[in-house]
Amino acid sequence: MKTVKFSEIVKKYTMVIALVLVVILFSITTQGKILYAQNINNLISQNGYVFVLAAGMLLCILTGGNIDLACGSVVCFTGGIGAVLMSNGVNCWIAVIVMLLVGALIGAWQGFWIAYIKVPPFITTLAGMYAFRGLSNVVLQGLAVGVSDTTFLNVFGGGADCYIPDFLGGGSINMLCVVAGIVIAALIAVVTFVSRGRARRNGYTVNPLPGVIIKTVIICAVIVWLFYKLAQYKGIPTVLIWIALVLLVYNYITQNTTMGRYLYAVGSNEKATTLSGIDSRKPYFFAYVNMGLMSGLAGILTTARAQGAQPTFGQGYEMDAIAACFIGGASAYGGEGSIFGVIIGAVLMGIINQGMSIMGIEANYQKVVKGLVLLISIIFDVLSNKKKN
Amino acid sequence: MGNIILEMKNIIKEFPNVRALDNVNLKVEEGEIHALVGENGAGKSTLMNVLSGVYPYGTYEGDIIYNGEVCQFHKIKDSEEKGIVIIHQELALVPQMSIGENMFLGNEKGKKNAIDWNETYKDADKYIKMVGLTESSHVLIKDIGTGKQQLVEIAKALAKHAKLLILDEPTSSLNETDSRALLDLMLEFKKQGMTMIIITHKLNEVVYVADKITVIRDGTTVETMDCKKDDIDEARIIKGMVGRELTDRFPKRHDVAIGDVNLEVQNWSVEHPIYEGRKVVDNVNFNVKKGEVVGIYGLMGAGRTELSMSIFGQSYGSNITGKLIVKGQEITLKSPRQAIDAGIAYVTESRKVNGLVLTNSIKINTSLANMKDVSEKSIIDADKEYAVAVEYKEKLKTKTPTVEQNVGNLSGGNQQKVLLSKWMFANPDILILDEPTRGIDVGAKYEIYCIINQLVADGKSVVMISSELPEVIGMSDRIYVMNEGKFITEMPASEATQENIMAAIIQSGKGE
Repeated sequence: MKTVKFSEIVKKYTMVIALVLVVILFSITTQGKILYAQNINNLISQNGYVFVLAAGMLLCILTGGNIDLACGSVVCFTGGIGAVLMSNGVNCWIAVIVMLLVGALIGAWQGFWIAYIKVPPFITTLAGMYAFRGLSNVVLQGLAVGVSDTTFLNVFGGGADCYIPDFLGGGSINMLCVVAGIVIAALIAVVTFVSRGRARRNGYTVNPLPGVIIKTVIICAVIVWLFYKLAQYKGIPTVLIWIALVLLVYNYITQNTTMGRYLYAVGSNEKATTLSGIDSRKPYFFAYVNMGLMSGLAGILTTARAQGAQPTFGQGYEMDAIAACFIGGASAYGGEGSIFGVIIGAVLMGIINQGMSIMGIEANYQKVVKGLVLLISIIFDVLSNKKKN
Repeated sequence: MGNIILEMKNIIKEFPNVRALDNVNLKVEEGEIHALVGENGAGKSTLMNVLSGVYPYGTYEGDIIYNGEVCQFHKIKDSEEKGIVIIHQELALVPQMSIGENMFLGNEKGKKNAIDWNETYKDADKYIKMVGLTESSHVLIKDIGTGKQQLVEIAKALAKHAKLLILDEPTSSLNETDSRALLDLMLEFKKQGMTMIIITHKLNEVVYVADKITVIRDGTTVETMDCKKDDIDEARIIKGMVGRELTDRFPKRHDVAIGDVNLEVQNWSVEHPIYEGRKVVDNVNFNVKKGEVVGIYGLMGAGRTELSMSIFGQSYGSNITGKLIVKGQEITLKSPRQAIDAGIAYVTESRKVNGLVLTNSIKINTSLANMKDVSEKSIIDADKEYAVAVEYKEKLKTKTPTVEQNVGNLSGGNQQKVLLSKWMFANPDILILDEPTRGIDVGAKYEIYCIINQLVADGKSVVMISSELPEVIGMSDRIYVMNEGKFITEMPASEATQENIMAAIIQSGKGE
């Protein structure tokens, strides 16, 4: 009985276990350098766009393994628009709103063709990939455009001061960061047990207590440790706030809203969904509009981090986002996947990148390893689907 | 007795939860046309799949003896090498390819990396001439009609040097003239010494071509009739097909008051969505009253599913014409949503394909058609949703540890209950149940019947579509019989017998 349970746990948390193993592996090969505070900070700052794009991409993938190839180009296009606006003296908040709006509009454009005209997503977004790359060049006139607006840089994770100011005044260690970590961990623990208690009173099936305790303790420990590490460097990077916000919102959308439910249902069985009186075009449209919006946000983050925009930005971003989703357990056939998985997938990819960089492995081989990791995770998905049938 | 070319001995084939073939025996003599008849789901196609190697050796029990040797087919190629070729009911042709390309698909002429197109088309022309086609083998499949496509399938089989040809419902998509031509072609082949097995629902065809008839019922062979020795007519075959005992398999309905007409369908016609002009439903009229169970009986392909889906928010077909009157008001339903809002539920025929989301839980499936009652402003109320799922699980006695269980893990009967839960929660006045008991065991069937009785006792109207005669007779208040897109007769259940319903179908078939 115990062994059966163990294998089930392994199956459910394969990617988490893989992540832990990868972290241990790189800790050894880099003599612990990968766990330095600065490296952890860089991991978050460098991969902000992956989390944001992957959250949007997850919605597309849920509808049936559909992807958005255009999002890398859209990142560049929106970023370019923002950079040009700001360099011409436009208020940075207006620029931010314009960037998000343009992203969402592009999403609506692609979503319209995909959902209502039934143009295959692959082709629609491939077209977008070319078109918006071209438009990026037009907007930037083929040049790099710098952004120096400090508010923009600080808020969206660029420059030297893109951290939440430590108004608790901790000195060598960032006190605000430590306190925030403890508060968040405590909140998670309280929410978990309160909702479990409520569920039990209402007669729901709840997961057994020991498992829940172990899980919560691990999650809280990871969060406290993460914030403690960040505190040793410069504190909470502002980009982390944006990442957290996006992940929380999209977790809520996928788990607690009717639209989220329809995304899964359409991806699992479109016929049954349609015959249940659900307009199956709406989830597609919704997914691509959100993908566009997230591309806009990723454009903002990328522009801020690089303190400007240039026509080559965002190349291959779409692939990073797609890979993060699939590595995180989203099904290539649709209907399965979660934001939690996206987090694991994005972190795993980020760590592999960074670990290999620290080890001094050539960039070309890094790509080979990334490719293999993606392939292996998909093979796993396909084989486990086969067993089910 | 001629030479026995094929013998299938004690074939047993099991699928998860169901024994599809239970000790089937079949003997086919060389040079004869052997007909395989039986109701839907009796196991005819499964048997032929065992024979042709679609289900490989080892996944079934029993022996296949062909030309005196025991055969172990692991794949279709194995059986084809021996000259056993099956032509499936669904045509397996690639529309964008030419006749010649299709005929040698997977069996190309010439060397492996250099197809000999001259040889291909020369041979193709030879074989299509043999089946009486005048087209050039360069013509694309999509440019010829279904009748001719069926002939191409046969030519393809000939090109594989078939000695034993199996035709699964070869005339199901053909009109009368094409069907007759095909049957005559079969008789012509017989003269040349070919052995054939034909699976068909059309009994007049059986009588026309068959030398022997084997009846399969509920996965076992019931009898084999020899048309030369015995005097076989259609009534005799029907008796074999449906001759099971009718005992207390249906729960009694007590004192359900039948009220006003809830749904009335007038002059309803539907055309095939792809083949323009082909009427799948042809001028159908029917109604169902409050508290009434109306049965629609028809063989597979009669147009029952097409009828109900076209009513349910035009989910099927093109050029839909006719009037729909719900509770005395004429309405137009353009989408399933509008149909649900008008109080109609369509409980789909195929649970797995278009009924349930198998990878999701019972809870999620139960609420899917009526999300607005478990959510507020698009935010799902998890407590309420859970409570609803538990309520219906208890009401319908669905066997499961929790409602969080994935539907894919349930047995067929329990899946059907989840499907019914979903539609009962949508709170309709009229439920169209399409084959509500297909593929589930007798015990679960009884429970589904009890649920149907409860539904009408609550004042709902039920339209039950079924191809199981005893069920239609046992459960309905009134019965409509459908054949080839038309409603051919209507009778109260008290007057219906299996024989007179089948006779009506045969009569209408002849009237064409």
